[in-house]
Amino acid sequence: MKIIGYIVQKEFKQIFRNKEMLPIIFIMPIIQLIILSNAATFEILNIKFSYVDNDKTSFSRSLIDTFDASTYFNVQNEYPSNKIASAAMLKGEVDVILEIPQHFERSLIKEQQTDLAVIINAINGAAAGVENGYINQIIKNFNTNARAKFMNQNASIERPKTIEASPSFWFNKTLNYKTFMIPGILVLLVTMITLFLSGMNIVREKEIGTLEQINVTPIKKHQFIVGKLLPFWILGLALLSIGLVIAKLLFNIPIIGNLGLMYFYTSIYILVVLGIGLFISNFTETQQQAMFISWFFTVIFILMSGLFTPIESMPRWAQYINEFNPIRYFVEVMRMVMLKGSSLADITSHIVKTIIFAIVMNVLAVISYKKVT
Amino acid sequence: MKRFRGFIKKEFFHIYRDKRSLFILFGMPIVQIMLFGFAITNEINNVNIAILDHSKDATTQEIITKIEASNYFSIQESIPNEAAIENSFKKGIIKAVLIFENDFSKKLGKDNNATVQIIADATDPNTANTISNYINAILKNYQHELNKAVKIPYQIIPKTRMVFNPELKGVFMFVPGVMTIILMLVSAMMTSISITREKELGTMEVLLVSPLKPILVIVGKVVPYIFLSIINATIIILLSIFVFKMPLQGSLFLLALESVLFIITSLSLGILISTIANSQQTAMMISLMALMLPTILLSGFIFPITSMPTILQVISNVIPAKWFIIILKGIMLKGVGISFVWKETIILIGMTLFFIALSVKKYKIRLE
Repeated sequence: MKIIGYIVQKEFKQIFRNKEMLPIIFIMPIIQLIILSNAATFEILNIKFSYVDNDKTSFSRSLIDTFDASTYFNVQNEYPSNKIASAAMLKGEVDVILEIPQHFERSLIKEQQTDLAVIINAINGAAAGVENGYINQIIKNFNTNARAKFMNQNASIERPKTIEASPSFWFNKTLNYKTFMIPGILVLLVTMITLFLSGMNIVREKEIGTLEQINVTPIKKHQFIVGKLLPFWILGLALLSIGLVIAKLLFNIPIIGNLGLMYFYTSIYILVVLGIGLFISNFTETQQQAMFISWFFTVIFILMSGLFTPIESMPRWAQYINEFNPIRYFVEVMRMVMLKGSSLADITSHIVKTIIFAIVMNVLAVISYKKVT
Repeated sequence: MKRFRGFIKKEFFHIYRDKRSLFILFGMPIVQIMLFGFAITNEINNVNIAILDHSKDATTQEIITKIEASNYFSIQESIPNEAAIENSFKKGIIKAVLIFENDFSKKLGKDNNATVQIIADATDPNTANTISNYINAILKNYQHELNKAVKIPYQIIPKTRMVFNPELKGVFMFVPGVMTIILMLVSAMMTSISITREKELGTMEVLLVSPLKPILVIVGKVVPYIFLSIINATIIILLSIFVFKMPLQGSLFLLALESVLFIITSLSLGILISTIANSQQTAMMISLMALMLPTILLSGFIFPITSMPTILQVISNVIPAKWFIIILKGIMLKGVGISFVWKETIILIGMTLFFIALSVKKYKIRLE
């Protein structure tokens, strides 16, 4: 026990003495949490909108005005022709072009119906879908108003049957993206810092040659491992705490669930990460390798974790792989407990799986760790 | 010159002998492209929903069948009452519940109006919103069928054309992003690490006292990574064209030139990091933490820049990746030539010169 204490002390001294690393460990994650949470939004706003008006009536102008009034669109330019508008889209100056045909108003009145050309830059397919939805909605509303205006007061049309959908959004009424992203980004930062630091730590001693010095001391294998990993375990929990404080104070993210449950889960989760880190460091010779391998797996795990895109939408095989993705469980637990107030019973399966990962990874890591070279 | 060649040879040996890193170096782009192409999508498929049907009549049954028939939803469990919804959400099995009001058919027949309530778990706002939109679309379709006989006067019909990506494929968005990130990280991270490694192990001193000029030491360090990055870029472009059927509308030559330019930008950034960092650990953490997340999030790769707060839109301008992504999309998808992307190209050249100038200023040929 005493020996472990000394190792922990040594590690902490090394961490706090390294003036280059300190800000990277503590300040950078915080800055990232603050800045990036604002960046991560799938909301589509400020759409670059331009138009070609071949009708030039007060009616066509009022259609443009409705787009202008919408918060989603930034009405930018009127282009004299379709050709010039398309060139602007090639340059990336505009993402949506509305082309109002000649005699727009007249044919609507005379022929009871008229077309309206909409051109959308669809490179970002998902965004294009959303933009199309907004546009259709605006045109539909405009159409309804116009119909009311043109229609003879006395003439009554047959009322169509309507099925109304009334959506309500629970746990996040305003569809605030930060509420969704911040627990996820927190997971990311805790994982990355603990994994990278622990993964590189022992390799560093190997590479510099100080590991041999430790190996010839009477320190036992388990003491060494515990002493090496404990500081990062504490560091991870400290990072989580800082992150939660920022989430609450700065972003006003609701923390509905039980804080104790969150810490309980995180403390197990960090064990998994540390086990992976140790395992990687046993199989690598240089920090560069260790870093690369950790990076390789974190990127894959992060992208598949459901942090940015929903897991259900992934193909079967990806979902099977995800069963073994620890980050996925952490992301889910954080969101469930923090935002929905899920209880211990709700996340039991997550906890059990994480404990199994922790045991497997650490046993593998300890077995593969050799005191002799 | 001969000395210089010898030095480059040594660097190649270093890289080539480290099989594990090499594996990752070339495995990474392939795995990432595959993941993004096949697994990662913003769309929704097979989302688990539940239905609470208070009227259980022919109309609601028909609507439920329609929802089931779409591939977007899979109907999971039936929920006994409203009170059970919250618990279901907390377990995280279902993402939304549809509630049909009492006497649905009757109201629709009599008042011409009936309501479906959609309750969505909005902890994931994007999915919640998409679910609500999709269900709405299914309902609208059904409504349209009901009203076939009714003729609506004064109709404006939008004719939408999706240009550059008519099938709305996600890959078109992700391939340029993945390519940028890989080039950025491989180039910046690898060079910064390989230079600081020499510092940390003490061999930098040996290199600096060698007759090779310090500037050539750095150039020699960089050259092998230019090769590696070019191979990577080629692999990614081939994969995107042949596996994901992404078009290459513009000139291949221009694409190659711009890619080399971006590789050099990233490498110069790597050199800059190495002049600041004294240990591999610092170099790696700076490359990873300061480059990876901002590059992923602020470059417009996943999240649209125009939707961000103004400050972040301004900050995004200093991210080299943003400009390269614009160039890539322009050349590959829009088929534009240099006359459309000269501005972005000049910005990248400017950034490169700036990084190099700063590195030269900071570069110490003596070790403390």
